[in-house]
Amino acid sequence: MSESNGTPRIGVYVCHCGTNIAATIDVFAAQVAAESMPGVTISREYKYMCSDPGQEIIKEDIRELGLDRVVVASCSPCLHEETFRNAIADGGINPYYFQMVNIREHASWVHKDKAAATEKAVDLIRAAVRRVRLHEPLEARRVPIEPKVMVVGAGIAGIHAALTMANAGKHVYLVEREPSIGGHMAMFDKTFPTLDCAACILTPKMTQVRAHPNIEIMTMSEVTEVDGFVGNYTVTVKHNPRYIIEEACVGCQECIDACVFRNGKTPDEFNLGLSKRKPIYMPFPQAVPQVVLIDPDGCIEFRTGKCKKTCVEVCADRNAIDFQQEVTFEDLNVGAIIIATGFKTFDATRVPRYGYGKFDGVYTALEIERLVNASGPTEGDIVMRDGRKPKSIGVIHCVGSRDKNTNEYCSRVCCMYSLKLSHLLREKTDAEIYEFYIDMRTPGKGFEEFYNRVEKEGVHFIRGKVADVYPEAGNTGKLVLQAEDTLAGMVRKIPVDMVVLATGLEPKDDAEDVRRTFNITCSGGGFFMERHPKLAPVSTFTDGVFLAGACQGPKDIPDTVAQAGAAAAEVLALVDAGFIELEPNTAFVVEEECSGCKTCVGLCPFHAIAYDNGKAHINEVLCKGCGTCVAACPSGVIRQNLFEDGEIFEEIVGVLTNA
Amino acid sequence: MTTEAMIRREADRDLEFAAWFTGLVGEEKLRECIHCGVCSGSCPLAGHMDFGPRKLMYLAREGFADDVLGSNTLWLCTSCYACTVSCPQQIPVTDVMYALKRKAIESGKAQKRHPVAVMAKGFTKMVRKRGRLTEGYLIAGLALRTGVHKYLGMAGMGINALRTGRISLRHDSIKRHDELTHLLDVVDQHREEVAAK
Amino acid sequence: MTGYDYYPGCSLKGTGKPYEESLLAVFGALGVGLDELEDWNCCGATAYMAVDELKAVALATRNLALAERSGKDLVAPCNACWLVLNKTNHRLEDDESLQRTVCSALGATCTVPNTADKEPLTYTGTVNVRHPLDVLVNDVGVDAIAEKVTKPLEGLTVAPYYGCQIVRPLSPFDDQDNPVTMDKLLGATGCTVLEDYPFKTRCCGASQMMTMPDVGLDLVSMLLEDAVARGADVIAVACPLCQFNLEGYQPKVSNLLGEKVNVPILYFTQLIGMAMGIDHKTLGLQRSFVKVEPVLAGRSAHE
Repeated sequence: MSESNGTPRIGVYVCHCGTNIAATIDVFAAQVAAESMPGVTISREYKYMCSDPGQEIIKEDIRELGLDRVVVASCSPCLHEETFRNAIADGGINPYYFQMVNIREHASWVHKDKAAATEKAVDLIRAAVRRVRLHEPLEARRVPIEPKVMVVGAGIAGIHAALTMANAGKHVYLVEREPSIGGHMAMFDKTFPTLDCAACILTPKMTQVRAHPNIEIMTMSEVTEVDGFVGNYTVTVKHNPRYIIEEACVGCQECIDACVFRNGKTPDEFNLGLSKRKPIYMPFPQAVPQVVLIDPDGCIEFRTGKCKKTCVEVCADRNAIDFQQEVTFEDLNVGAIIIATGFKTFDATRVPRYGYGKFDGVYTALEIERLVNASGPTEGDIVMRDGRKPKSIGVIHCVGSRDKNTNEYCSRVCCMYSLKLSHLLREKTDAEIYEFYIDMRTPGKGFEEFYNRVEKEGVHFIRGKVADVYPEAGNTGKLVLQAEDTLAGMVRKIPVDMVVLATGLEPKDDAEDVRRTFNITCSGGGFFMERHPKLAPVSTFTDGVFLAGACQGPKDIPDTVAQAGAAAAEVLALVDAGFIELEPNTAFVVEEECSGCKTCVGLCPFHAIAYDNGKAHINEVLCKGCGTCVAACPSGVIRQNLFEDGEIFEEIVGVLTNA
Repeated sequence: MTTEAMIRREADRDLEFAAWFTGLVGEEKLRECIHCGVCSGSCPLAGHMDFGPRKLMYLAREGFADDVLGSNTLWLCTSCYACTVSCPQQIPVTDVMYALKRKAIESGKAQKRHPVAVMAKGFTKMVRKRGRLTEGYLIAGLALRTGVHKYLGMAGMGINALRTGRISLRHDSIKRHDELTHLLDVVDQHREEVAAK
Repeated sequence: MTGYDYYPGCSLKGTGKPYEESLLAVFGALGVGLDELEDWNCCGATAYMAVDELKAVALATRNLALAERSGKDLVAPCNACWLVLNKTNHRLEDDESLQRTVCSALGATCTVPNTADKEPLTYTGTVNVRHPLDVLVNDVGVDAIAEKVTKPLEGLTVAPYYGCQIVRPLSPFDDQDNPVTMDKLLGATGCTVLEDYPFKTRCCGASQMMTMPDVGLDLVSMLLEDAVARGADVIAVACPLCQFNLEGYQPKVSNLLGEKVNVPILYFTQLIGMAMGIDHKTLGLQRSFVKVEPVLAGRSAHE
């Protein structure tokens, strides 16, 4: 450990970053300019400072030349501040005796004029050199991590992530808004390209989740507030009432039979309105938990208070029905959160020319999934709304995708699921099937082979986006699909009995609210944003909050499961470390001088400031170093580590020296 | 048709035309066409065209000027805008079509004898001279120039129209038609001045 | 309420005369002023733009300049004229250099009509160009019209046909895919409106009927066949070109389809006028090629 006696000994390192910096900035000139700056003991340039040899140069200089401050002029601190801090700590000096200068994103990558860019780089380096002299030796604070974790959303992504972490011994809170876990996958019939039955591969996992001692399932529940920081989150969960005491209900469903409604009158949500249900119902046959629920909008007891309550009669020995059940809230402490809230399907009424909602014969792909499903509204028989069995079917690709009028992006799964539905429909009905596509996107394992298989089965493939769907003349009941067959170079008008719209995937309606609750960001298209599209696809910019599944972007089940596993691994890596090191760039109050005006208290976006005994006090564990209170304090008694007034003024002087 | 007709060489491409075409809409939007075919699919006239708007745009983008400007596609377009509102890349197809019509006439590559082109010319002439159209004379002019025999079948309807007072034998004209003609000339002048710069 | 300026367009003085007659009659009965624009010129329709863009804009702008003087909204009943004038407004607004060129040419050459002192014409972009469907539904109101109905057209099934240019590409006063202004007005007349007519915004072929009759016939027969199959007694239209196309070729369409097609094609203003009890001559009904009187008589035979 070498400390100077008052005069800092600064090492300046100018990185070429290959040609990223060196192509625009004269790194040699910058290195020479730094030599004469106040306090600089050595100034060097090197091709890749972040590399091992690069870092070794710094460590050697610290040892040989007794350096006690280091300035590296290279890329963004987001990328390598930690790298260099660790390097100099390794070399034997306090890691916070370091300042990084960004001469890439702030200079070489944004300016074309080489002379001006070099001059700017030198100014920035001078600023850093002046500042770093005033740095203090700070200590990163360690905070223990709460080992419990939370998964929000219990579709296949949430289920897989929960199981992985539970198997590793972690206690997992699995929060699901719907009355059952399973998500969209529980609605599918067969999955592409293997034609595995979705329920057959999903329900075992659902059962595992239910039986796992480490997983606490919370259905009918939503996250309303998230406080805290990585490793120490306090999450408020709202439990909506199902009017059934979960522990008492055994899922016998006698209450449903006994209900005063002889037939269902409410459109069944799981069957997308293609069938009706009673006000007391099981979400779907394989629901987990296998517990019924009551819908207060449909139930006569809720609407009028004067029902015979035959359901209660029949549940006499278990007494599981509780009309008085209320909303409850619960605060849970967790160390990390995985968001796996899934997607919603595109609302096809937004493309009026396809006639969804206007013509009975037009269906969305998800509605067809329910139709072909043996546990669906028609028990797997392909029967249309008007009772007809279709002899001809048209499948329209890209509904609400690849279209600047609705969603610009490609939804990734629709080509494959269209092929799958064509296969299933043809198998069940032998109908003539026409798929209208723009491109066939079949990139996954076995996908192209599946396309070939469906072609061989005699499905027609017409390359052309359908322009119009209208009823055939002469009241035949058919709908004409009009499109240009671009490969043949002719306009075709094909009458079919049934039209299937391959609707795209969109973020859920409340994605904006959810992202604000968890303090994450959204990317174009509205899906939650990953920290880095290539290297950090499951992390977010908020430490400790991870993403898995379609909420991050449209994807199929294999990719979803892979991503869920990745998110679980990241959580385990975080939590198993046992502690979190907090950046010491926190603000603090010089209490003796605090006048107790309370200006700062309400301003803190992280609720880190408390008012106690006439003084403001900052919880350095909650503080994120945003600087708001520092700037706001009228007496100037709030200061911030690494951003002291003196340090900032030195930077200003350094930048303006040649102005 | 011999095989030769279907082979095109790079030398056949008119790169200047291609560049002019893709420059018609800002930010190279015309290059964003994904050739989905919804324009041709929604076009009420596509089945009667040499080739639909999709193929037209594709050929234009590649620089096959003669095919594009000499086609009947341009003239069959009725400006119903079905293509424009359907296009997933929000390309203003109809406006592009108008530009191609004008280019076809300017470049001399247009099907000069196509009835629609003939009509358009007759239209502009009549408007320039009198400021208003008299439908009967417009159609008569069209018939004379494209073949009266084609319109004999419509004689009955013509007589009907005369009888019910829906066709007039008197040329309609605006009072200040000289000013209008002058306006159009001044506009021409300005265009020349701008081009000269 | 303040009246409107009125831009007939070339067709309303010719084949579309009944449109003008019924429009003036209905507006008159409603007490809404319609002043024909002094010395208006042809808007250029679709043909001029195919030949010369700058001149086409200049032509249309002269009309807007003429209309600006009164400060009133300008009613353009013909769909094509309506679109040309509205598009011109947008183009002048978006393109400053175009506006300068056109307006300077206008000022240098054209003067205000009916003034001896040669005042130059100017245009500053303030004219609202409206379609009578828009004015009747949104300004006058369906209720005010229903009040004046004395002879409801009960038992008459009418298919509302909007055509393309009042919903595409601009649809400022109605829904682009499923417009309803005409449906509402027709509803006020007491007739049965064919709300599910799927081709209400499909192109009729416009001037292709004149230039390429075979092509036009294809388009028109589809529109007629479907309306008839759905039980329409009459098809209501809002554009003189649509009217002529649907009405003028029914014998040929009948040949093509192998079934007799004889459907009156009336302007929606004629239907409103009929329901208001205005006499048929005033509404220009005697100018129809396919007369509506037999259909009306046949209907009362059922009652």
